[in-house]
Amino acid sequence: MSGGTRLENANPLIFQRSGERRLTATDEDEDLHCYFDISINDPEHPLSLEELNVVEQMRVNVNDQESMVSVEFTPTIPHCSMATLIGLSIKVKLLRSLPDRFKIDVHITPGTHASEDAVNKQLADKERVAAALENSQLLEVVNQCLSSRAM
Amino acid sequence: MKGALELLQRVSAHPDARCWCVAWSPSGTLLASCGGDCAIKIWGKEGDSWECKCVMADGHQRTVRTVAWSPCGKYLASASFDATTCIWKKTNDDFESLTVLEGHENEVKCVTWAPSGNLLATCSRDKSVWIWEVDEEDEYECVSVVNSHTQDVKHVVWHPTQELLASAGYDNKVCIYKEVDDDWECRATLEGHESTVWSLAFDPEGQRLASCSDDRTVKIWKKSTLGDGESDSSDESWKCVCTLSGFHGRTIYDVAWCRLTGALATACGDDGVRVFKEEDPTVDPEQPVFFMSAHLPKAHGQDVNCVSWNPKEAGLLATCSDNGEFAIWKYNSDS
Repeated sequence: MSGGTRLENANPLIFQRSGERRLTATDEDEDLHCYFDISINDPEHPLSLEELNVVEQMRVNVNDQESMVSVEFTPTIPHCSMATLIGLSIKVKLLRSLPDRFKIDVHITPGTHASEDAVNKQLADKERVAAALENSQLLEVVNQCLSSRAM
Repeated sequence: MKGALELLQRVSAHPDARCWCVAWSPSGTLLASCGGDCAIKIWGKEGDSWECKCVMADGHQRTVRTVAWSPCGKYLASASFDATTCIWKKTNDDFESLTVLEGHENEVKCVTWAPSGNLLATCSRDKSVWIWEVDEEDEYECVSVVNSHTQDVKHVVWHPTQELLASAGYDNKVCIYKEVDDDWECRATLEGHESTVWSLAFDPEGQRLASCSDDRTVKIWKKSTLGDGESDSSDESWKCVCTLSGFHGRTIYDVAWCRLTGALATACGDDGVRVFKEEDPTVDPEQPVFFMSAHLPKAHGQDVNCVSWNPKEAGLLATCSDNGEFAIWKYNSDS
């Protein structure tokens, strides 16, 4: 895992929305201002998930002192596997970018998905996530999701 | 009675990978560790420090999730995400692969030996619990496959004195199994946890069972005695007599009940290790009260995955973490 011990040195995550807006992370530490940008590509379509309107909104909450990051995303399509894959990709991106001390929580914005409890539970289970990422095919799909296109 | 945990040694056992499990040998002189680097390592004390005695790196192709020693100490079982369970035989200081148990459809999460040494149980994400019999010729045979859980089974543990098995799962339930007419069956389902149950531990007498969960609580279950004195009844009835809540900040991954002192230790995703003791147990056995005797908030720099009491030396505790290290601690109940 890369990144120093201070959050400012963490690799930025690139997030691209169709309007080229940048998402600012809200955090509870006044002195720390981080910009999280996340770019995620749908493996089956050449456009970003944002441009496809698959993920409507992503809220990122950073608490550097408590070493906690919480990401809330709203899938616009009800398909369960897609929501899990998106959530997994976000989690992987954060795991790779943040210092080891961080606890990462990725979940669906409450009330926005029929299977949100099931998806959230899977994303929160580090043993299942670890086992899933040992599957080379799934890992490949996740990596494709995360590879950035023109920014 | 306030206790304390003193660090004796920290070892970087599985660099750049998670250390998932640590297990003391029955003699208490060796510690086995396993992890995300697909390896099993055996550690022994040389003078004052724990040194690596043996590395088994080729037994599994994927993460090794749990290691367990046979009661006699001559065998080690390892459960892996590669869907197999490997049985290793110890000859002098070396371990050699004796056999590989196959059958589970996907990741094996846990393996455990029965106190008799003749039975082994494994559990998997395929939702099943398998019971294996070992004969005198070191031949292993699966005697039962039980599908009582509706999801991933995380942990299996044998009762310390009876041929009784307990399992914990992603379906938030605990199942108790007994052999009935040559077949293993689920005889009780313990419900109450609000999320995945990660681990289980019987108390030294086998009267109670501790379970720990993603819901951040530890529950103590006690076997109810049937009023009519039915001694041969196959039915098991357990009820929750105590819930320890408000102590843990995140998922509790492991719980261990010390055979020597009765102290209960937990491994938590908030990087902390905690030890609980029971207040005067004679007051009301149906409503035990536990208090937190020791709390080490930053036992490791990352999640603590496993906690294990040394079977021979009272107060000696091993823990391991996502950062690949294990640590040996000395717990003193009065500090």
